Amino acid sequence: MTGTSALYQEIILDHNRAPRNFRRLEDADRSAEGYNPLCGDQFTVFVKLEGDRVVDVSFVGSGCAISKAAGSLMTTLVKGRSRAEAAELMEGFQRLVTGQTEAGRAAMPPQLAAFAGVREFPVRVKCATLPWHALKAALESRSEPVSTE
Amino acid sequence: MGAKILERAGSVPAESAPFDIRRIREDFPILARRVHGHPLTYLDSAATSQRPQAVLDAMTAHDTTANANVHRAVHELSRLATDAMEGVRAQAAAFLQAAHPDEIVFTSGTTAGLNLLAQAYGRKFLRSGDEIVLTEMEHHSNIVPWQMLRDQVGVVIHAAPIADDGSLDLGALRRTITSRTRVVSVAHASNVLGTVNPIATIAGMAREVGAVLVVDGAQAVSHLPVNVRELGCDFYVCSGHKMLGPTGVGLLYGRLPLLEQMPPWQGGGGMIASVTFESTRFAPVPARFEAGTPPITQIIGLGAAMEYLERVGFAAIGAYEGALLDYADRRLAEVPGLRILGAAPEKIGVISFALEGVHPHDVGTILDREGIAIRAGHHCAQPLMHRLGVPATARASFALYNTTEEVDRLVAGLFTVRSVFC
Repeated sequence: MTGTSALYQEIILDHNRAPRNFRRLEDADRSAEGYNPLCGDQFTVFVKLEGDRVVDVSFVGSGCAISKAAGSLMTTLVKGRSRAEAAELMEGFQRLVTGQTEAGRAAMPPQLAAFAGVREFPVRVKCATLPWHALKAALESRSEPVSTE
Repeated sequence: MGAKILERAGSVPAESAPFDIRRIREDFPILARRVHGHPLTYLDSAATSQRPQAVLDAMTAHDTTANANVHRAVHELSRLATDAMEGVRAQAAAFLQAAHPDEIVFTSGTTAGLNLLAQAYGRKFLRSGDEIVLTEMEHHSNIVPWQMLRDQVGVVIHAAPIADDGSLDLGALRRTITSRTRVVSVAHASNVLGTVNPIATIAGMAREVGAVLVVDGAQAVSHLPVNVRELGCDFYVCSGHKMLGPTGVGLLYGRLPLLEQMPPWQGGGGMIASVTFESTRFAPVPARFEAGTPPITQIIGLGAAMEYLERVGFAAIGAYEGALLDYADRRLAEVPGLRILGAAPEKIGVISFALEGVHPHDVGTILDREGIAIRAGHHCAQPLMHRLGVPATARASFALYNTTEEVDRLVAGLFTVRSVFC
């Protein structure tokens, strides 16, 4: 398995097998769909806000292990944060998977370090960022599905 | 080694004895390269096939000795280029068993051919309420151009269903084709299921109601001998790059009486008889459909590709690929949780599969690191994905240069995938 262990780390496999917050949020204030037209991966992210704070977040849909695990970890990290903090997390995640930031920086939740391996697989970067794009769209309340293209 | 592989592949009939897989592979220089430290195992020929040295050499020879624009020049190089291109047209007519070289139009590929037909034939002959019959297994390129036509003239599109084994439901197709049907457009072979459709039977159904039959031959032409007159189709389209030739070139066959009634698709140089600012008289068929400078180098490459396929021979190719497909079916059945999508009685070497609990993209990424190139996704056939109830599939597709050893590598790679996920 040359090199794929860097991508399929245990934490990613675990979140793929048993995604957290993988359900519709019936009392969500906002939701948005993320879609990758190249491969058909599709997720909907639901957000419940209290003022500026994300009090609950969930997702449903279908996609590969990378996108599903990214969505799952995302929901665990974003819950309880302000919109600005969530946006900052997303930016950090984007820099991490594209190789612009090293893992283990102080501002970065340690769980996300597992995604540093994605940078070695450029065609999979969009998988990792797909649910984050959907979250961003939900927080910005865009009703059109967001596309990775 | 070649003989051994053939032996292992099983039922290869005696008449294909000259088919020497080792020598075939040596004709394709790219097959010698390594990917991620492993020998390349190229199982994505349904997306694009590899090119033999003969094709590369023909293009280089043209570019280094005879490159010039075709038609209308008095100089020697232009004559050479024109002769070479028109020679390929005659060759393509013979390859598809067309009645006349004028029935062959050079396009940029299957997609362009289908768009040409939707616009040039569709806009001329179809009216609001007329019906077009497709099938559930069509590639987007045989759906979207007809939808664009629908939005222009108000035609109605029907998709005939497939049976659960991935073959066309011919009874349902017969019911879908009615007196209102003007065009039936179907794949000769499915790029997802591998199913080979009974074109001659479908041609009979289309003829009964006076509809024209368009055949998308992109997946078929490098695997099966095509005889457009025996098939009874009115139009046949294919792409150079899926038949051992280069990208950017394709063929459109059309029955001459139909082509002659069709207006041009695109306007420009090469397709006119005379032009004034008041009006233009169009060139006769097929030049009428070839506006602009054609992909001359690629056309010459395509000529070499057809020559290569004919030299190996479709009897030998069919026997070898058929045995390889049987072998792959047997070996893949050993992988726990693997389900093959598409079990039609007649198939080309295209195997779509689902591996329980693993998304096709993850299958593709792990196999890639083993040097194995497969495709994962919707294969430009989203309506078929809906029909099959999957968001995507993994797909291994074979050409005449693949081996049982490569099938073994695929199977070993799939066990590696399982070891990561299951």
